[in-house]
Amino acid sequence: MQYNPVVVEQLILCCECGTAITPNPSNKCINCIRNEVDITEGIPKQATLHYCRNCERYLQPPNIWVLAGLESRELLALCLKKLKGLNKVRLIDAGFIWTEPHSRRIKVKLTIQKEVFVSTILQQIFEVEFVVNYQQCGDCARIMAKNTWQSMVQVRQKVNHKRTFLFLEQIILKHNAHKETINIKEVKDGLDFFYSNRSHAVKMVEFLNAVAPVRTKTSEQLISTDIHSNTSNYKFTYSVEIVPICRDDLICLPLKVARSLGNISPLVICYRVGNSIHVMDPNTLAVSEITTSTYWRNPFTSLSTIKNLVEYYVLDVEPLGPKRGKYVLADIQVARSSDFGKNDTTFFARSHLGAILNPGDTALGYDLTSSNFNDYTFDTLNRNSLPDVILIKKSYPQRRRKNKSRKWKLKSLSKEKEEMTPRKQDADKMEEDYELFLQDLEEDSELRQNINLYKSSNAMDVDTAAEESAAEEEESFPEVGIEELLEDLTLNDKDE
Amino acid sequence: MAVRAQFENSNELGVFSRLTNSYCLVAIGGSENFYSVFESELGDVIPVVHASIAGTRIVGRLSAGNRKGLLVPSTTTDQELQHLRNSLPDSVKIQRIEERLSALGNVIACNDYVALVHPDIDRETQEIIRDVLEVEVFTQTIAGNVLVGSYCAISNQGGLVHPRTTVQDQDELSSLLQIPLVAGTINRGSDVIGAGIVVNDWTAFAGLDSTSTELSVVESIFKLHDAQPTAIVKQMRDSLVDTYS
Repeated sequence: MQYNPVVVEQLILCCECGTAITPNPSNKCINCIRNEVDITEGIPKQATLHYCRNCERYLQPPNIWVLAGLESRELLALCLKKLKGLNKVRLIDAGFIWTEPHSRRIKVKLTIQKEVFVSTILQQIFEVEFVVNYQQCGDCARIMAKNTWQSMVQVRQKVNHKRTFLFLEQIILKHNAHKETINIKEVKDGLDFFYSNRSHAVKMVEFLNAVAPVRTKTSEQLISTDIHSNTSNYKFTYSVEIVPICRDDLICLPLKVARSLGNISPLVICYRVGNSIHVMDPNTLAVSEITTSTYWRNPFTSLSTIKNLVEYYVLDVEPLGPKRGKYVLADIQVARSSDFGKNDTTFFARSHLGAILNPGDTALGYDLTSSNFNDYTFDTLNRNSLPDVILIKKSYPQRRRKNKSRKWKLKSLSKEKEEMTPRKQDADKMEEDYELFLQDLEEDSELRQNINLYKSSNAMDVDTAAEESAAEEEESFPEVGIEELLEDLTLNDKDE
Repeated sequence: MAVRAQFENSNELGVFSRLTNSYCLVAIGGSENFYSVFESELGDVIPVVHASIAGTRIVGRLSAGNRKGLLVPSTTTDQELQHLRNSLPDSVKIQRIEERLSALGNVIACNDYVALVHPDIDRETQEIIRDVLEVEVFTQTIAGNVLVGSYCAISNQGGLVHPRTTVQDQDELSSLLQIPLVAGTINRGSDVIGAGIVVNDWTAFAGLDSTSTELSVVESIFKLHDAQPTAIVKQMRDSLVDTYS
């Protein structure tokens, strides 16, 4: 016979309610423990989430706004972070309970464990309801209020073309100097940059100081002041004026300035503008640099700008010997392109383009014989000693006439236009300025170094078309090499 | 009748008092409240004695005793021993024991007939227990605990043992003690029964935290419902009459 021990389960009475239970560390039945201790105590059962309706983001205190979809992991993390007492218990499980999206309520089901007495762990499931309240985020508030800017940088150049600003725009893009800008506005003769913080504006002014010959002036407007705490609220405006002299301009220096620049001849051309203005006497290849401070001590304007360039046909080039970098001094015999077939007038121009121009080329230059300048210093010059023509650069009329599409493109800043739509001729003029700027870039690799060029989406088509017509092209035509171009990153976003 | 009491905010009144059928020892407290609870219940039946043992107040844990005798540890001073001798009835034998386990209340649980002792206690001590308390001595554990005095409370009527005592252990103990036993708690779920309650044949004092459920268990197992100090005498008389008739 087999012995079967009778295992009688040992029971005691719950010390609270007297029901028979198996002994446990607290010697109470589950219900009594539940009644006595609430392990969800200290965890709020209701909380508030802040939601920006405009950008559909949730506030993660203290001031981060995060994108989170309904019933997403991010939202759950956000909800759990909102619950204060959750670090005192062990979180076993958390999940959403479906709620109507328009109810603006989010319900989260939590399972927690906590040690209530010595080695008595209680598990409980409970719900927390989150109320979604609307609150506009800081970014949206700034956008909505439109003029929450604190500092403004007004960049101006008083010239009749936009080339400088087109170039400046590219430099800003390359250096990402517009990162902190909250708004950019296009105005007559320049651009306005808006900042929420004064230091950002100062940074921008310093950037402009580094890349362009500028003069700055600061002014401030008192918005409000608190006499008790001695704090005031100002709007700062930085007026940045760019020297109204551009590359390839003809300049007649005031006599005093010319003397101070190593007695350079007063009639010079501007061959480069960087932080300062670089001028050159095309007769002697003498160069000089006019710093910004020197300029503003004795300001002058350019005698003639590239708008007034006249096309010449190069008949003969006779190098004279002196060289400076890529410039070679030469006597060049030219005839006006417009004179062809009418007369045989030719001019001798002493020019710095001896290495660039060859007989048969076309070049652009200033015609001093037929021009009438309203300039006091120019009038004081001896008319007989003046050259007839001052050549500035080589031109490519054949190629330009074809009106080809380019295989590269530029990015642009998102600017806010002026209220009024520009007149027809203004729009045309802007387009023309842009085209001239693109041509400048094509012809000058030095200029290209400072900016980013991007591959155009139709680069391949252009490439094949270019090869087909390669035979009939002028050989020296400057091209932008494909190796200089950057891949453009385009995001398929609605605001792109 | 079971009474709730508290010694200076402590519910462990078994630590501070020793109750038997013929005397009651009470620690010397800051106030007389604790004493007066015992005095009001027991005053006209048995002596309630203020005492200290080895200069401490934990008289319940340091002493063991029943109707016939009282055992105190070797650390008890002569003066204390003299005081006890003077205060207790002459029929109660008092013995000082040289025992390594000096907290006698923790290692000895006894009623007037049987004593359960810690397994490591000396053989000499067991002899002394047998002689002084006039009991049968059994070395036992309660629910695996060697401190038998801490984890049970027994009287001549019944006994309350540690809540984890298995049914088999209860049966075994019950057959040794010849009294009904129940596993239970005191002081709202505390399993240190010996510290939470002191009991004799007609009354019990439990910690103030004890719930009514616990007290009703106490009253039913110790048969305190209509118990009178004389009940034992009546029962004995009945049994005597039974035997002699």
